[in-house]
Amino acid sequence: MLLLKEGNKLDSAYIKEIISKRVAKEFKDGDVVNLGIGLPTMVANYVSKDIDVVFQSENGIIGIGPSAEKGQEVKNLVNAGGVPITLMPGAAFFDSADSFGIIRGGHVDATVLGALQVDEKGNLANWMIPGKKVPGMGGAMDLVVGAKKVIVAMTHTANGSIKILKECDLPLTAKEQVNLIVTEMAVMEVTKEGLVLKEINPKYTIEQVQSLTEAKLTIPEELEVMKI
Amino acid sequence: MKKIKTIEEALECAKDNMSIMIGGFLGVGTPEALIDGLIEKEVKNLTIISNDTAFLNVGVGKLIEKKVVKKLLVSHIGTNPETGRQMNSGEIEVELIPQGTLAERIRAVGAGLGGFLTHTGIGTLVEEGKQKIEIDAKEYILELPIKADIALVYGSKIDKKGNIYYDKAARNFNPLMASAADIVIAEAEEIVEVGEINLNDVMTPGIFIDAIVKGGK
Repeated sequence: MLLLKEGNKLDSAYIKEIISKRVAKEFKDGDVVNLGIGLPTMVANYVSKDIDVVFQSENGIIGIGPSAEKGQEVKNLVNAGGVPITLMPGAAFFDSADSFGIIRGGHVDATVLGALQVDEKGNLANWMIPGKKVPGMGGAMDLVVGAKKVIVAMTHTANGSIKILKECDLPLTAKEQVNLIVTEMAVMEVTKEGLVLKEINPKYTIEQVQSLTEAKLTIPEELEVMKI
Repeated sequence: MKKIKTIEEALECAKDNMSIMIGGFLGVGTPEALIDGLIEKEVKNLTIISNDTAFLNVGVGKLIEKKVVKKLLVSHIGTNPETGRQMNSGEIEVELIPQGTLAERIRAVGAGLGGFLTHTGIGTLVEEGKQKIEIDAKEYILELPIKADIALVYGSKIDKKGNIYYDKAARNFNPLMASAADIVIAEAEEIVEVGEINLNDVMTPGIFIDAIVKGGK
């Protein structure tokens, strides 16, 4: 068990906020982005106002806006998680075949998903725990294969149990598709040589991050402070 | 050809052991009145093809609750705990299919295709038992069409010829399913006269639709 530097235990709301803030910095003006259910949906709140990012939802919408306020919900207007949403100017609707044409066809610049496990080869497991929880893959398998950049956004561990592994042992969502892993501790890039620690949250030491990561982290000379 | 029918008349074709496609995404764009009609008719041992099983008391979730489904072909069941329970107890067989693959397997039937190639699922449980084909050094899974005896679809406005207009995200799987079953029954939130839907706004041409029923709001 890791001994954190005194006073650097982060609360869960803050953890989600820093992960979301950091992921939001990955987007460029004009990007088409699909956000997974849960923590990834928070990323939309932190995208710079100076750039135009278009959010796609696999139930057939491009140009989704923030969640609808209570009492302002509109019929037939929800995201892929069933949450009532609003639209941005220029939004459009289409059927599920077109939606996944957009996804598989490489028209989505980035997708952000949570993970149960991710490994040093960029393998991702996030759709089932055999015998326990089998929600199904929904659109995740298509998204990770089709999006140009796959970003895993998650807490570094699941209540202390390690999620960033040498090799996933849960059923995979996709093989070798993850490009970047963003947690409250660090930003890690998947390369042919394994995981490279790109940025670190100054509240932690390299040793602390490594001790909660099974995969070996390559430490570059120009290790940066996490951009949050 | 007169297509407007009562729910009872339209569902005369529905029998035990049939495969039925049902449009909708977490209950949005789902033909709820037709689902209620199936329950009232007490057909059972159904194979249901849909994106998800929505929630308890919503959409396909109502059929799960009544235990009339023996097999499910869906992309996601996480929002309905009863589906997971029936799967774990062996009461229901569930084939989980990536959502894009599910959509395209349905579309393939309607488009007269013998199958299609996708990279989705390579290196996962999804590829098990399926033929793989390599093209330009990239591996693909050969996915086969999914056909049904009946498709139940939803339209926001449907004219008397069966031309359909969908509101917002209600479209989802409905146009695909309307092309992929022997008999297609469309539930209209509103039935309108021919011409009331702008011709350019018709999203599913009426030739695909065999029967139209009036649904609730």
